[in-house]
This record gives sequence, C-alpha cells and structure tokens, in this order.
Amino acid sequence: MSRDFDVIIVGSGPGGSTAADVLTAAGRSVVVFERGRNRLIELEPPFNLITDYSNDEIKFMNRHFLGPDPWLDPRTFRPSAEVRDPIHVGDVNNLPATVGGGGVHADGKLPRFREDDFRLHSLLGPVDGADIVDWPIGYDELEPFYAEAERLVGVAGQADANPFAAARSGPYPMPPGAPMYGSLLTVAAAERLGYHPYPGPTGANSIPYDGRPACNNCGFCAFFGCPIHAKGDPVAPLRRALLTRRAEVRPDSFVTRLLVRNGRAIGVEWQDAGGELHEELADQVVVACGAMETPRLLLASGLEHPQIGRNLMFHFQTISLGRLAQRTHYHKGRSVSHLHDDHIVPDPESFKVAADAGLPWVKGGMVEHCGPGHPILEASTYPWGAEHKAKMRESPFRDHLVAFTMQGEDLPQPTNRIDLDPAVRDVRGHAVARTTYQPHRHEVVASQYHGAKLEAILAEAGAEWTTTVTSPMLDGNPFGITSPAAKIPASKHVMGTARMGDDPATSVCDRWGKLHDLPNVLVADSSLFPTSTGYGPTLTLVALAIRNARALLG
Amino acid sequence: MARFFSDSEYAVIDAACARVIPTDEQPGAREARVVDYIDGLLGAFATDPPLIWAGGPFSGRFGGANGFASFHRLTPLEELAWRTRIEGSLGIPERERLGHVQGLQDIYRDGLGALGTDFTSLPPDEQDERLRAAESFTAVLYAHSCQGMYGAPEYGGNQGLVGWENIGFAGDVQPRGYSDEEVSQP
Repeated sequence: MSRDFDVIIVGSGPGGSTAADVLTAAGRSVVVFERGRNRLIELEPPFNLITDYSNDEIKFMNRHFLGPDPWLDPRTFRPSAEVRDPIHVGDVNNLPATVGGGGVHADGKLPRFREDDFRLHSLLGPVDGADIVDWPIGYDELEPFYAEAERLVGVAGQADANPFAAARSGPYPMPPGAPMYGSLLTVAAAERLGYHPYPGPTGANSIPYDGRPACNNCGFCAFFGCPIHAKGDPVAPLRRALLTRRAEVRPDSFVTRLLVRNGRAIGVEWQDAGGELHEELADQVVVACGAMETPRLLLASGLEHPQIGRNLMFHFQTISLGRLAQRTHYHKGRSVSHLHDDHIVPDPESFKVAADAGLPWVKGGMVEHCGPGHPILEASTYPWGAEHKAKMRESPFRDHLVAFTMQGEDLPQPTNRIDLDPAVRDVRGHAVARTTYQPHRHEVVASQYHGAKLEAILAEAGAEWTTTVTSPMLDGNPFGITSPAAKIPASKHVMGTARMGDDPATSVCDRWGKLHDLPNVLVADSSLFPTSTGYGPTLTLVALAIRNARALLG
Repeated sequence: MARFFSDSEYAVIDAACARVIPTDEQPGAREARVVDYIDGLLGAFATDPPLIWAGGPFSGRFGGANGFASFHRLTPLEELAWRTRIEGSLGIPERERLGHVQGLQDIYRDGLGALGTDFTSLPPDEQDERLRAAESFTAVLYAHSCQGMYGAPEYGGNQGLVGWENIGFAGDVQPRGYSDEEVSQP
C-alpha cells in the first residue's frame, strides 16, 4: 500500500491528461494510471517524444498496435436486453488503450458545441422512449474553458467561417491547414446548393505550435499515431504535467476498483503487468477511462447508482458516398479538412418529416467532407482474381470516391447501457463491459432525411453514382450486409454513461463532474454528457476537464 | 528459406497468391513476394523480436533512417495474444479463456489440404476452381494477400514497392509528407 500522491488519475487520454496538467500546475501531485503501453513520451527527464508511430497500415489497421487487443481485452455487444448472449465478443467501439488514449488515433476534428446543444429539452422538448434533458451548465459558462482547451491542444480553424458556430471570445490559435482537393469539390457543390461548409477546427498543427512541428499532410491521420507529433494528442498536457516533476505516469497498470470507505474514495486497487495487485491511496480520484470503461470501473467498484452505465450514446453515422470522375487523392492531407453544420439546426421541412414519422422533431449532426481509407482496406473491398488489379488501378473506392459522414445526434435512452458482462472476462480475470444498444427511431428518420440531402450535394459535385449507408447498419442497407457486427455502431464517439445533472436521483455526477455518491471522485471524460449533440466530443470533454479539475482544487 | 512453410507448401501458397492477385501488364502477388508476407506472419515468432509490429517513425524511403526494419518487442500478454492468434489455443488453458481458437497456421494447413499438393501443376482455371471451392480459406488468403501486396515491405511482401507503384501510391511519405499544393491541387 502506498500513499505518494495527492490525486490518482485513472486513464491518460485527453480527459485524464488535461486533469493532470491542471492539477500539477496548481501544485498537486498526481499519478496517472494507464492500462495500455506508453508510446507517446518518455517518462524520465527530459521527457523526449517517442518515435514508435509510423505510416504503417498493417501495424495500425490490421494488428492493434495502439491496443486494446480485442482478444486480451474484449467487450461484448447485444442489441437489446431480451437477447441473453452477446452477438459479438471482441472489439466494440474500441478506443486506443495506450498513453494518450483516444487522442492518439483521432484525426483531431475539434468543434465546440452550439449554445442550443446545452438546452435540448427546453428548446425542442421530450421524445418518447428517450430521456432528453438540458445540461446543468450552459455554453456561456463553458466558453472560457473552450478557449483554453483550444490553446492547450492546439486547434487550427477559422473563427468567422461557420454561420452556425457558437459565439467565441477570440480567434483560433492557428489558421486552418491546407484544404484537401476532394473537399474543395464537395465544398463548392454544397455552397451552390445553399449549404455553409467551412474549414473544420482541427487538432493538427498548421504552423509550428507549442514546440511541435506543423503537420506535413502525410495522410496517415485518423486511426494512426502521428510520427512527427504534429497532432493535438495529449502529449502537450502530459509533457507539461511531467515537467512540473509532480506527475508520474504508470503505463501497463490496470485499475481494478476504487477503494471506498464511509462514502469516500480512499484510493484504488491496481494490477501491474505481471498480474500482481497493489493499493494506491490518495485524497481524490479522477476517473477518465472513456464512456465504456468508466462505468465498468464504477460498477466493478460496487457503486450502485441505478443510472451508472445508462443513456449510452454514440453518433449515428450517415455515410453518403459518390464517385467523381476526378482523382480525389484523399491520401494526401488530413483525413478531413471541411465540415458543414446545416443539418444540426432543424429546418421547417424536417419538422414535417418528423411529424409523418410520429416524432416531435429530428436533428442531424456535423457533416465531414472526407474520403475513404488506405490501399489495404480498399483492396479488401474488391473481388480476388482477374478483376483485382484493374479495380485497384481504377480505384473507384479510394481515389475517385468522396464521402460525407454525418455524426448524427443519438438520443439518450436509459435502455442503452453499459454493464458488467456476466460471463466474459478479460485476460486479467475481470468482467468486461457489455454494451446493450439499439438506435432510437429518431436517428433512423433523421438519417434518411439528411442522407438524401447529402446525396444531392454529391450529385451536384458531379458524382456518377451515389449511395448512403449508416452505422449501425440498418436492415435493407444497400450492401445487403446482415452480419451481427454491422449492428455495432462504428462511431468512436462514445458518451453519456455517467451523466451530470443537479438531481442525484436522475444523474450520476453533479454539475462539477463529481459523483453524487462519492464527492471526492471526479469523472473527466464524455461519460458526463447528458446528450450527444451532433459534434465530436473531445474538445468539450477537455473543456469540462479543465473547468472541473480546477473546481476540484477548491 | 521459409520461416513456416515447407518448400512444397511455399510453392502452393505462392501459386495461390498469384491467382488472387494475378500478374498482368504489371507485377502481381508473385513479384511482390506476397507469400513471404504470409510466411512472415505465420512464422512471426521464428525471430526475436517477432515480425508483428514494424518500428517507427520512418522507413527511410522519404528521408531519415529505416526505423521500420527494427521490429517492436512484445509484452508477455501481447505475445500470448499473438501466439494464440497464430498458433491456435491448442488446449492450453490460458489460451482458451474465450473458447477454442483455431490458429492461422492451422487454417493454412487446412487450406493447403484443400488446394492439394498438385495445385502448382494445374492450369489456372482449375486452380481458381479449387480456390472457389475452399471459400473460407481463400477469404483469409485474399485478406493476407492484400496486406502483403499493399503493406510496408518490411513485413516481407510488396517487394520493390510494386504494390504501391501499380496504383500510384507513394506509401509511407514521412518525413517528407505532401506539400500544401499537392494536397489542394488536382
């Protein structure tokens, strides 16, 4: 048993790393537990950046280099509580298990939410089968922390480019990076049809920033670690925390449970790489394991709040594809250079569509102007044999394809949840997270409505053919895919399993991110989100982590 | 000298790869030595460190030293996962936590049985017939052939970078990257 630090932080992703930076800057000592390996930054002075990341499709896309290995650390999935046995055991929305967490593999789209997103219940009202609520805080309260988060991570963007954007107190720290050719084609088409595309706020340096170089457009961004550390992954806050000499990062160390005495956490039990159990004690604990592993840890610790794990949300992805005559060369540049937000604000037509479907309203999400992946992935979509080479040269699915991905708002449903799987254990012997999830009809109707609009933009851009698929896939999808795994959302935006609110009966955490039931435990990830919005969650969870870690200081 | 296959098995897999990604006016799986990629995966643990994860950050093809050539060491748990995946669970309790795992080596042994020892002497259309009949094995072979054709050459395939050259893909361009003009222009 040791008691060497003021605060224990569980998880080294964007939330935990940000908390480490804030707490060490204020003089606290912290230990950051990370279940995965460290490939980000050397943990001894002078804290050099590690060079394990590379432009290697095999290592990152086929061989789980960033972890978790789905055989060592599986999760399980079932579409509803009526289904007793999981339909899938393995990778369920896995985010990297490595120092830096989800920040390492993300391509760094870092939008703020809109003012309206914090007041969904007040503005649009309830929906049957969903538990729609307002956030306990408003945009104005979070704005200064958004600004700070953008400087901390390093966000490139253009402040006046998006008419739907929330009010800002200042410019982005960096100008946007180079626009991608394929996106310039879809941006022009979207503008002709009255949409408002803009350079997406991106956590990839457009100029040298914070001691790290500008992005050189290598094209291996989403799902890859950045070989030159130009990406706004958590290396910046972790390095600052380490440089105070008040932080220790402990990789390959799995926290099994919180130790609870008399209504407070007194520390954690953790397991080292060899499987040996230890106890670490501290005054406060920050839980930042992501919206699947955080409820798993809370439940494994014996916490009994009935809302833990509930209202699990993803983004319902509507992916519209079109084939252009031009070579789009999406392998050059960031994964995404442009977004448009027009589908986030319900328009009059959408209310008619909703009414026809028996819904009060439907809402979409931000749309990413993007292209598909790398050659191995492309090759696997073509048949083997004589056709293979001709297809690869012509490249209809890589070098002529443009894609829109709409990150549609996923309504919170109490029945969509994480709990502990009754049978499946990880390699260390602990119950794994079980997902029970199916989309609400809202997401399906919104997807059909907006998907048609997205295909119209692709046609305007000159697409020879267009089609739309969703994730999770629906029955009757254009590719005829019926496999169980297709029911699992591909979105890595996982939210909502320890929602914050003012009423301890209906929320897990208070408005400062602290557990109602254990007030010296802070949750610092997207588990806190009461609703999913239609925007990527990372910048908001970092802004909340700054605000809430500062409040934790007292 | 192969890591996993016998000489005759190596010849059969080489011939099978040449059917799934054929040689035409451009090189195919045979010229790319896709069979060496597959042999490298099945025999990954014949060397230390194993051929699982190539190093970083650069390959040297666009500057810097070749870090890809130095493969990463695995932790004991990572080795357990990859040995289970490649060798199978083989009745070993710690490998059967999630149930029996058929290893890739076993899948290839079965596949070789289905293709037959006479595979290399068959005419192409009869080879294709055998591959179609062994549908689930051929799906695995094709997935690995795509990796061996279009992955980094340090894993054994894509020799002479012919996979990338065929499709006009530069591959791992760090630390050069692409200029802003290359990103934004046609």
